[in-house]
Amino acid sequence: MEKNKTVEIRWHGRGGQGAKTACLLLADVAFSSGKQVQGFPEYGPERMGAPITAYNRISDEVNRVHSNIYNPDYVVVVDETLLHTVDVTAGLSQEGTIIINSPKEPAELRPLLGAYQGHICTVDAADISMRTLGKNFPNTPMLAATVAVSQVIDPKRFVEDMEASLKHKFATKPQVVAGNMEALKLAMEEIKWDRKEGKKS
Amino acid sequence: MAIKERMSGNEAVAYAMRQVRPDVMGAFPITPSTEIPQYFSKYIADGKVDTDFVAVESEHSAMSVCIGAAAAGARAITATSSAGLAFMWELLYVAASSRLPITMAVVNRALTGPININNDHSDSMGCRDAGWIQIYAEDNQEVYDNYLQAMPISEYCRIPIMICQDGFITSHAVQNIELLDDDTVADFVGEYQPEHYLLNAKEPLAVGPYGVSPYYMEIKKGQAEAMKAAGTRILEVAEAFEKISGRKYGFFEAYRMEDAETAVVVIGSTAGTGKAAVDQLRAAGKKVGLIKVRVFRPFPMKELAAALSHVKAVAVMDKSEGFSACGGPLFAETRSALYDLENRPKAINYVYGLGGRDVTIDTFEEIFDELAHIAETGEVGEVYRHIGVREQEAVK
Repeated sequence: MEKNKTVEIRWHGRGGQGAKTACLLLADVAFSSGKQVQGFPEYGPERMGAPITAYNRISDEVNRVHSNIYNPDYVVVVDETLLHTVDVTAGLSQEGTIIINSPKEPAELRPLLGAYQGHICTVDAADISMRTLGKNFPNTPMLAATVAVSQVIDPKRFVEDMEASLKHKFATKPQVVAGNMEALKLAMEEIKWDRKEGKKS
Repeated sequence: MAIKERMSGNEAVAYAMRQVRPDVMGAFPITPSTEIPQYFSKYIADGKVDTDFVAVESEHSAMSVCIGAAAAGARAITATSSAGLAFMWELLYVAASSRLPITMAVVNRALTGPININNDHSDSMGCRDAGWIQIYAEDNQEVYDNYLQAMPISEYCRIPIMICQDGFITSHAVQNIELLDDDTVADFVGEYQPEHYLLNAKEPLAVGPYGVSPYYMEIKKGQAEAMKAAGTRILEVAEAFEKISGRKYGFFEAYRMEDAETAVVVIGSTAGTGKAAVDQLRAAGKKVGLIKVRVFRPFPMKELAAALSHVKAVAVMDKSEGFSACGGPLFAETRSALYDLENRPKAINYVYGLGGRDVTIDTFEEIFDELAHIAETGEVGEVYRHIGVREQEAVK
């Protein structure tokens, strides 16, 4: 992460999928890495399944801006069906990256993203979650993919912090810890890229 | 020792409540303040604090519990928002006129009509004349710090106090924070020793009797005098707080005001965004500044006028619509403060951010552009304005 640059991330999900939780967890782990953090959801008349948005600002200096994020560096889409109904790439930097929970190849999704020219990543968070936890909890894999793609914090440190935090949270259910850790690692390994032409990384 | 943590504004208030160890909490949930009694009741269940938690059936009763407890001589607290605060209205005046030092965490939310859960200041601004001290915060750190200062102010002045923060914007945003340790807080806040209280068998008294005309006005004058004197106490407590925390507070924060030619006056979280805008404009050579009002009741009239005396044009921002047809409540107070200056700055009012309408750095750039124009031409134009309103075509 570039020194003194605020990294802005916007999350799109549906109520009940854990996008807000993933956003707050990212704030948590970035805090553990010594960063200045903001993690906040945008609230409205919420109900299960309705589109929701959440935001992160992560930086070395204190963040005082309290507005929503309109020009994010990264967009995370926890539910692929939102690509049809929400303008997920609105304001997304052409130098940025969108990370989508999908079994598809990222190039297949590009036609759904309008004028957006930047990088596209997909990760099959639903499948990873089913394989490792036996249930569809896409937020943990999406969080891991976001860290791996953005490098907003050191991925190795992230894995260590998550293990410590999960062990603390699920002291009586060690199998949950193992499943979640496996989900994190798989998500970081199984990211597919469709890179913007002529751009490195 | 400062404890580096990260938590939301609501959790920060609940954490402060645990450290203060009040005797009684009257509690009824309402969005977005619900998390405060939720976190706090968990502290009680976990044995971390032994406050008597009274779950009631309405905010009217929550405030009644606080009034009863405070009259008995206990340290009493509650938390609320929006319609919940409105439902307490009658009791706010009872608490204030009975001179009961109750501490209320207000998580600001729009008042209903149409129903809306998001932030503006219409709830606490609506009850600005109820006789309560009102202190506002920019972020989670400030609401924590303000809460710790609440009781030393309120109990000394015998005026109830509202510690306000912006609903969702700070109440639900996780950010870095520095906490004080429990012993430091306990020493700072001290034990509450009421002068007169119902449970004192040696001094029988009545609380809240009928105020006949020969007494009513004297009681009101007493409240007014107490509010006038409260400013001194607020600064004393801020000074003592700086010694334990290293963080400085006053009636307001003057940000890059020294040589400012134009300025914005604003309350709450929007000030953070405004300061970022000031930094950008300063980097481009513009002489702009910002004043963030922390204490709205009592209103720091003389101090604010002095801070604005060298400015050519000022925009006062109101996050509530007073329907006065000539500007919001912060504008009314600020312009009144400016009246006594020999060389008054030109002043305009922007009503903004109602019902959660977002405010960005761009909003401030637009305002400072307008102020630069007024400063240059001396022409104020429309005084009472709204910003961030969509054009009629876009609304359809």
